[in-house]
Amino acid sequence: MSKRKPYVRSMDGWWKKNPYFVEYMIHESTALFVAAYVFILLVGVVRLGQGEAAWNAWLEALKSPLSVVCHLVLLAGAVYHTYSWFKILPITMPPVIVGGKKLAPEVLTGTALVVAAAAGLALLALVWRIAL
Amino acid sequence: MSEQKIIEIEVLRYNPETDQEPHLELFKVPFTDDMSVLQGAQYIKDNFDGSLTFRWSCRMAICGSCGMMINGIPKLSCETFLRDYYPNRIRIEAMSNFPIEKDLVVDLSGFIEKLESIKPYIIPREPRTLEQGEYIQSPEEFNKYIQFTSCINCTLCYAACPQVGLNPDFIGPGAMALLHRYNMDSRDGGAAQRMELVASEEGVYNCSAVAYCSEVCPKHVDPASAVNINKANAAKDYFLRFLSPKGGSK
Repeated sequence: MSKRKPYVRSMDGWWKKNPYFVEYMIHESTALFVAAYVFILLVGVVRLGQGEAAWNAWLEALKSPLSVVCHLVLLAGAVYHTYSWFKILPITMPPVIVGGKKLAPEVLTGTALVVAAAAGLALLALVWRIAL
Repeated sequence: MSEQKIIEIEVLRYNPETDQEPHLELFKVPFTDDMSVLQGAQYIKDNFDGSLTFRWSCRMAICGSCGMMINGIPKLSCETFLRDYYPNRIRIEAMSNFPIEKDLVVDLSGFIEKLESIKPYIIPREPRTLEQGEYIQSPEEFNKYIQFTSCINCTLCYAACPQVGLNPDFIGPGAMALLHRYNMDSRDGGAAQRMELVASEEGVYNCSAVAYCSEVCPKHVDPASAVNINKANAAKDYFLRFLSPKGGSK
């Protein structure tokens, strides 16, 4: 008779057992920050549909200290989300071959971050001009 | 002569004949700076407890047998040195996400089945007779898959993958990297057969891009890359069937 009795370990709390997994959970959960901001913008669209008074009330609400703090927190979450996803960009996309050689992961991540920062600043400049 | 250094090694023990669950056992092991964690385990087996069970063979990071969790991180114990942990305690455990057979030995039968399922051999694109000569391949074509040939089946990537732990049916990083190696080979024509598996319930979409597999790979195979490239390939395959008269794979 077989004396085998393979023991299967529990996966409970797996993500707390390794700092790498903790970081993974943090960067995954920052997606909720991005989703929360999408929700804020959606509320804006709904308020716009409800007429000028509703729209202006929404704009006023955005200026409250609570809203400003909320925006800063969401911005921090979104920035970290962007950074962490571009950090793993080199493994999630097919290799980019330039001059017969594979581009280094740092180059891909660096380029993506620069493009994201430039796009963010361009958008900010555009909105700033419209607002003023 | 300098004083003999002693390191504490905590080992996760499990004897299927007597134990209901694994438990930790502490050993105080005298060591020298050139001793690996594997040699520490061997010292325990030779001097303290001959029943301690673990796998090893080459002692030079090429056979892929001696993987274990060392302070919670999947590593080859032959290329991990005791001196790097001293004076702290080391904990060694059987590789995560596999059933424990005994002590540090895990049940690899699931992995072997997965390895077989991906058809890890060249299915010739065009059958050639000996008279027709060899298959010609350019350095560019060779470079497309060479990285994925370095796998030594140590399964550290499986021990690193929480998705493998949560769903043991997931084909997993190592086998997927080997699948990609054959699909990328210009001599091979078996991609359509393998893509069925890539897109299946057991396939690449189990991966949530934790990417720890690539981090722990001792041969820099980057299995996470192979898995993620195949997410795109499987999606392309799916949508192409609507466009191409021949369709994608089934």
